[in-house]
Amino acid sequence: MLAQRFSDPGPPRQRRIAFDTVTSEAPQNPVCIEIQSLSLWYGPTQALRSVSLIVPERQVTALIGPSGCGKSSLLRCLNRMNDLIPGVRVSGGCRVGGVDVQDPRVDVTQLRRRVGMIFQKSNPFPQSVFDNVAFGLRIGGCSGSELEGRVASALRRAALWDEVRDRLSESALQLSGGQQQRLCIARAVAVEPEVLLMDEPASALDPVSVGRIEDLIRELREDYTILMVTHHMQQAARLSDQTAFLHQGELVEVDRTDRIFSQPRDPRTEDYVTGRFS
Amino acid sequence: MIRRIPAWLFPRLTGAVAWALAGLVLSLILGISLMAWPHLSWAAWVGPGPDGRASNSLDPRSVHLVPLLVGTAARTFLMSLAVIPMGILTAVYLAEYAPSGSRAAGLLRWLVQVLAGVPSVIFGLFGLGFFVGVVGGGLDRWTGDLASPVWGRPALLWASLTMALMTLPVVVVATEEALRSVSGDLRVAAIALGATRLQVLLRILLPNALPGMATGVILAIGRASGEVVPLLFTGAAVATQGSLALNERFMDLAYQVFVLSTQSPDPQASRPLLLASVWALVFLSLLLNAGAAILRSRATPAAPDRL
Repeated sequence: MLAQRFSDPGPPRQRRIAFDTVTSEAPQNPVCIEIQSLSLWYGPTQALRSVSLIVPERQVTALIGPSGCGKSSLLRCLNRMNDLIPGVRVSGGCRVGGVDVQDPRVDVTQLRRRVGMIFQKSNPFPQSVFDNVAFGLRIGGCSGSELEGRVASALRRAALWDEVRDRLSESALQLSGGQQQRLCIARAVAVEPEVLLMDEPASALDPVSVGRIEDLIRELREDYTILMVTHHMQQAARLSDQTAFLHQGELVEVDRTDRIFSQPRDPRTEDYVTGRFS
Repeated sequence: MIRRIPAWLFPRLTGAVAWALAGLVLSLILGISLMAWPHLSWAAWVGPGPDGRASNSLDPRSVHLVPLLVGTAARTFLMSLAVIPMGILTAVYLAEYAPSGSRAAGLLRWLVQVLAGVPSVIFGLFGLGFFVGVVGGGLDRWTGDLASPVWGRPALLWASLTMALMTLPVVVVATEEALRSVSGDLRVAAIALGATRLQVLLRILLPNALPGMATGVILAIGRASGEVVPLLFTGAAVATQGSLALNERFMDLAYQVFVLSTQSPDPQASRPLLLASVWALVFLSLLLNAGAAILRSRATPAAPDRL
């Protein structure tokens, strides 16, 4: 698989052409996440301004935009991680699989099991590889041989099994940076969420590891709805089905990825994707 | 002005002071060891012959190191049983549940600091007044036997609890510090996986704070094991039957050193036991400090950063 990628003369361009033909004819997937006029304040500062976005099931949606535009804030609304930050206020709504996320009656721990999250900086627990992946399963009450089976399948799902099958009891901190990030993906996937939120999942990694993470995201797309923040324009173009451009808390434009990059409607989007400002 | 100080002065001055202190400590340890060495015979530890059990005589020649060490170990162990849960629960509240920046938490933290600054003689008097008088006396009143108090007298339990109160700040501060220094990334990762606050505490924070907490506990034990003053009021005795009952007086190494060096009826006769006791006390504290240092070095592991 690795060899194939290296022998591939121009992966981004070829893949883009390939999926253009697929998405233009394929029927739109059912809606998974529905965000409606969502605004968010950190104290007096408004970070999101009436954002509305529809994320279809089992697709990769990329969120792009300059730093501080609200991409990560938007992501954290969907699993209520913003609750941890004091002074956050949210108006408007977002639904994940039909459930109103902001509803105070929602069990946030259940919500977070359905909406997994991968962070920019890989954050494995200082425990064994096995215990890392088992964490979410154990707090959900899974144990014994079922636990072992599900840990193994999560590691396979994250394309890490072959590398760590003999190192399951080693500390996760002994793994390489790229392996640690895939371990975090395995840990998130282990509890079988519906949605994976990825906050610049490959930005702290070397090019080879980035390639592996991207391959992995392409595979995970078959089973999960992925919402990914990225600063890397080519990455968004390579991986995502639709792309949303945020600027100063406002969702400027959302469209099929090929259209965002080839014929954006808003001049701000055009400036950003062509690199005129960052 | 500063420019005129030669560059060699400060490295030498600071080095000289530091090494002079180190030499002082080393010569202290060496001196005590040399002086105590002739008196550290087998007999000094357990007594003469197979039937020479620790006697209850007030004659210091019949007192041996092992019962003294056993008494000190017992009171330190009981103290740990009390101070570890109290300290950890307080620290968990301060680090995790007390609303951050609230007045109540600030007051609590300040009170812990006050506790750390209270002189040990005050703890002794407090232990006598509160544990022996109020709690012990109350127990006796409740069981209805005032003529011959069972609990309302200085005893092992009350001395241990007094020591627990005295060392509480060490455990609280070390534990709170250890909990706070667990990386926020780990907490966020656990929460994002759907862990409740309690699960984050039990599965992430406490396990990762363990070395720091253990350091605090060992420092507390180290401080308490050599402390005498609170024991004067709350239950130490020069010689006992060797009983370790909770409501009996007990023998104690540090107390023995204090008594033999200040109020021995026959200083010449008690000198061997005094030297042996001093030696044992110094090495007990060295041992505990070494343990704390080892745990502290484990508390800050050099996590291999291969990013």
